[in-house]
Amino acid sequence: MTRLHVDRERCAGAGMCVLTVPEVFDQDDRDGRVVVRSDTAAADPSAMRDAVTLCPSHALSLRDDP
Amino acid sequence: MARAARTAQKGKTMTSEPLTFPFTRTSLFDPPQEILDLRAERPIARVRFADGREGWLATRRSTIREVLADPRFSARQELRNSGFATTLDIPPARPGQFISMDPPDHTRYRHLLAGQFTVRRMRRLAAHIEEIAEEHLDRMAAAEPPVDLVRAYAAPIPALVISDLLGVPRDYRERFTQEIVSMSRIDASPEEKVQAQANVAGYLGELVRRKRAEPADDLLGGLLSDGDLTDEEVTNIGFLLLGGGFDTTANVLGLGVLALLLDPAQIPVITDPETVENAVEELLRYLPIVPGTVRAALEDVEIEGVRVRAGESVMVSIPEGNRDPGRFADPDTLDLTRSAAGHISFGHGVHQCIGQQLARVELRVGFPALFRRFPTLRLAVPPEEVPLRDDMVIYGVRELPVTWSAR
Ligand code: HEM
Ligand code: SF4
Repeated sequence: MTRLHVDRERCAGAGMCVLTVPEVFDQDDRDGRVVVRSDTAAADPSAMRDAVTLCPSHALSLRDDP
Repeated sequence: MARAARTAQKGKTMTSEPLTFPFTRTSLFDPPQEILDLRAERPIARVRFADGREGWLATRRSTIREVLADPRFSARQELRNSGFATTLDIPPARPGQFISMDPPDHTRYRHLLAGQFTVRRMRRLAAHIEEIAEEHLDRMAAAEPPVDLVRAYAAPIPALVISDLLGVPRDYRERFTQEIVSMSRIDASPEEKVQAQANVAGYLGELVRRKRAEPADDLLGGLLSDGDLTDEEVTNIGFLLLGGGFDTTANVLGLGVLALLLDPAQIPVITDPETVENAVEELLRYLPIVPGTVRAALEDVEIEGVRVRAGESVMVSIPEGNRDPGRFADPDTLDLTRSAAGHISFGHGVHQCIGQQLARVELRVGFPALFRRFPTLRLAVPPEEVPLRDDMVIYGVRELPVTWSAR
């Protein structure tokens, strides 16, 4: 199964993910960093892939779990 | 065969004269021809910057994204060639001027600020921005056409929005916005500009000292109370936000209105709330407002078959990256209905524009409000007479004389 991995240390708080898949991503009001607000399994996989490639700081990745 | 061709091309790259800044623009909305010519041939090419030094110019979207995401390329201004300025020695960033810093210095400031610019917070500003827009439209409606749309609408809106966000008090707001506008006015003399900059910086410093004494519930107040930032840092951050957020947004509005007046069949796409968001993204993609940014190699880097040597600068051509036929079909056509996701108008990497969600809200409010209020809006001069900001780093229209029919 494909899982979303988030590296909050790398996140630059640009908000591209929130624009791309608002159901899944949100930003912390204090530092602007990404927050995953819902189960990603239900999200549109192609939108999730867009969010990963659009993230400017490569903070997001989709990985296949064994 | 393929190998021979590659060697021949390499030979050409080595021997041909580097392109020389500044380039000349031959059409209203397209990047300069010299850069367009490179498109198919070389994603990264030798270039001579305005200060006489040589470096590289990246023109392909994927190459640009690679450079901007690679920590071996530095944003420190004392290392990189400015690309546009003719001065050679640029001092390091002042405290707080994080656009010209690398991680971890950059990171610290970025996180102190990014929470103030989230998608959610910026969307909450929409109603306030609408009020500002309507106020200016009322004034326009009360005036006799023709009016200069830059002065009446495109310039004051972003200036007022950022002043309010920073927490500039009402009694000083008009005066302050005028100073911001004259910092970048094209017809101002160098002395006037320097004076306006000193006035804005001086006032910001004063404002920060006052907010330090009396905590305020706004962006500057928040920065003063959250972090352990000095007054100097907060002042410089305020100045950076003004500088980054005003000219850019104002020129997207100005040049964007011109593009739409020349192709009015597309206006309904931007006035429709269902399609306005994507329409704004397409204008951001298509309009060559910010010509690029520059990074300096901290070590030798191999990229697209060339070796960028340590110390050399790479300028990335943002407008050209946005016309990449590999990503956008028929890229030189403005089509408000296409998906423009993936444009690089706000840059890429850790420096990707921190004000982009604010700019988006301003544009999503600003364009439709104008065309709804003035359905008969049209140019008051022939298009070739619209004066352009050809000699400025940030491109756009200097003035946009428009008129409309009285109802
Ligand atoms: C349509 C309007 C805008 C455009 C096209 C734009 C474009 C850009 C670009 C290309 C960068 C990256 C620079 C680099 O990598 O060297 C950037 C960074 C930045 N922008 Fe914007 N910008 C816009 C609006 C704004 C607004 C409204 C603000 C402030 C409220 C702002 C503040 C900044 C700041 C502070 C940075 C530096 C971020 C960092 O270094 O981490 N910009 N902008
Ligand atoms: S797009 Fe990337 S950098 Fe921006 S908020 Fe999301 S995770 Fe962070």
